[in-house]
Amino acid sequence: MIKNLLGSTPLKLGGLFVCLVLLLAGLIGSVIFGVVDTSWHVAIDAYTQFDGSNEHIVIREVRVPRALIAGAVGASLAIAGALLQAMTRNPLADVGIFGINAGASFAIVFGAAVFAMNSLGEFTTLSFIGAALSGVLVYFLGALGREGITPLKLTLAGAAVTAMFSSFTHAILVTNEQALNDVLFWLAGSVAGRKLEMLTGVFPYMLLAWIVAFLMARPINTFMMGEDVAKGLGQRTVLVKALAGLLIVLLSACSVAVSGPIGFIGLVTPHLARYLIGSDTRWVLVYSGFLGAILLLFADILGRFIAMPGEVPIGVMTALMGAPFFIYVVRKGLVRA
Amino acid sequence: MVALETQNLTLTYGESLIIDQLNLQIPKGKITVLIGSNGCGKSTLLRSMARLLKPKEGNILLDGQAIATTPTKEIAKRLAILPQSPTAPEGLTVQQLVKQGRYPHQNWLKQWTTEDEAMVNEALESTGMTELKDRAVDSLSGGQRQRAWIAMTLAQGTETILLDEPTTYLDMTHQVEVLDILFELNQTQKRTIIMVLHDLNLACRYADHIVALKDKTVYAQGHPTETITPDTVRAVFSMDAEIIPDPIYGTPMCIPYSRGRIGRKGGTQPHAHHVAISTAVGQFA
Ligand SMILES: Nc1ncnc2c1ncn2[C@@H]1O[C@H](COP(=O)(O)OP(=O)(O)OP(=O)(O)O)[C@@H](O)[C@H]1O
Ligand SMILES: [Mg+2]
Repeated sequence: MIKNLLGSTPLKLGGLFVCLVLLLAGLIGSVIFGVVDTSWHVAIDAYTQFDGSNEHIVIREVRVPRALIAGAVGASLAIAGALLQAMTRNPLADVGIFGINAGASFAIVFGAAVFAMNSLGEFTTLSFIGAALSGVLVYFLGALGREGITPLKLTLAGAAVTAMFSSFTHAILVTNEQALNDVLFWLAGSVAGRKLEMLTGVFPYMLLAWIVAFLMARPINTFMMGEDVAKGLGQRTVLVKALAGLLIVLLSACSVAVSGPIGFIGLVTPHLARYLIGSDTRWVLVYSGFLGAILLLFADILGRFIAMPGEVPIGVMTALMGAPFFIYVVRKGLVRA
Repeated sequence: MVALETQNLTLTYGESLIIDQLNLQIPKGKITVLIGSNGCGKSTLLRSMARLLKPKEGNILLDGQAIATTPTKEIAKRLAILPQSPTAPEGLTVQQLVKQGRYPHQNWLKQWTTEDEAMVNEALESTGMTELKDRAVDSLSGGQRQRAWIAMTLAQGTETILLDEPTTYLDMTHQVEVLDILFELNQTQKRTIIMVLHDLNLACRYADHIVALKDKTVYAQGHPTETITPDTVRAVFSMDAEIIPDPIYGTPMCIPYSRGRIGRKGGTQPHAHHVAISTAVGQFA
């Protein structure tokens, strides 16, 4: 039997406090450390006594947006992953694996190549359409056949849709150099070089999705008992599935729009959360949110040091950190299919 | 008095017809057992009676009220169903599982009351799961797990309880234990229990009413002593059997003929093809 590290409610709340401290440390660290280190005094001055110096500009235009984006995207991806793993009862579910990232990427590349779109607002819309499209596609493919939707079929459908959209994307990029230049920075998956407006444009939706996800935790707990059991308990499972699906699409679409596709956070973080606090979806969601933000912030900071003065892209960092962790989790038998 | 009634009920999966124009009445406050061969549609019928499967045609009435037009949460307060072999999410504790039984009694405003707490404790108590309430469901034995699920169903506090093969995977002791819990509930609280069982002898011992399904409809129904006859068993299970009174309870007991271990003859003469084999063996004796 698995004993959760944080079994009682006081322990869980205490853990949350630790998370909060780590999150603040991550945010501050992200602002301070880099090719040129600053101090948090300077960082505060940049807002209270802005003097137009290079250092202040870098903090306000580069470092702070980057920290906030990493935090918000990390939390959103982790919560989307936690929702997806709960709803499909599939511990390997992730918005990356389920084709949603690939769909959003394709939509953006398509928009850039065919309609010469390149503004953030357009990227967000495109990303959302692509994510929704692939989400719906995966859902219907996974629901074909006599048993209706099953985790296995959903995963296979996700793999198929990912492969399909990825090859479409590549086909466009190979044949269209202009589009390639427009979206390459974005496709690599990064929280660097984004303006704060990119985040503020989508943040209200992210926040809304976080809150609704938390409010849905109890119905989701019931849904996880199996669809027949949930229906027997009087749950309108169609509604729960539709709403959870919408949240997953919204969260990943917003994330992809800002930072491009970033893998592993949505896959690994919910495991870490469940390992710490057990299977109650309310806690899993809250912890996933915090841990996702923390992980992405630290991955981003670490990426600045490994190849100084160059940087390791955050997508590579999450893979570097996530893959060994995931193998560890699987080998410990914490994941049961 | 009728707890559940089906009117011209037709059930299908896609094109294939499973139940055809069935009219069935389930008596209130009694234990009803559905029997029939594998794949004959027992689970399908049970699921439709619990509104988990939409009928192709016909109606289902719960206490005289059509379930198709009753809000699903209302039904959940009056009828509970335990589907065939449910699985709990990993790491879920017995107590968390049983608490889910209170779902239909809660809403956004009314989250968790002392009544909910009392019902959960009572359900844990009557299934003997109180000691194990903090264990993860997936760390329990098959019998304990089944009892945990039954506890969840009981916590729902409904008058009617549907169970699909609640004794599968259980050894003899645990089968009897689970059925005793249900019998007790029926006797002391007059709850209506409808379940699918494969063990005919236990079915006869516990059931007030037996419904035998065959060919998309009811082949026979009634009190076990009237229903479980060699003819019914032959028709429903395509098998020859002796029916003798249970030595302890006097309820019908079904002894199937088979090819394994032929030799000692019972009180009555076996059927023709068995006689041939038995005589052949008898010559060696
Ligand atoms: N989801 C489904 N889609 C299509 N056909 C199904 C589905 N579920 C069951 N069936 C078919 O319907 C028939 C009745 O199935 P059902 O599960 O009701 O049988 P059962 O009497 O409960 O059998 P068992 O004793 O094995 O549990 C079977 O032939 C089965 O193959
Ligand atoms: Mg069945």
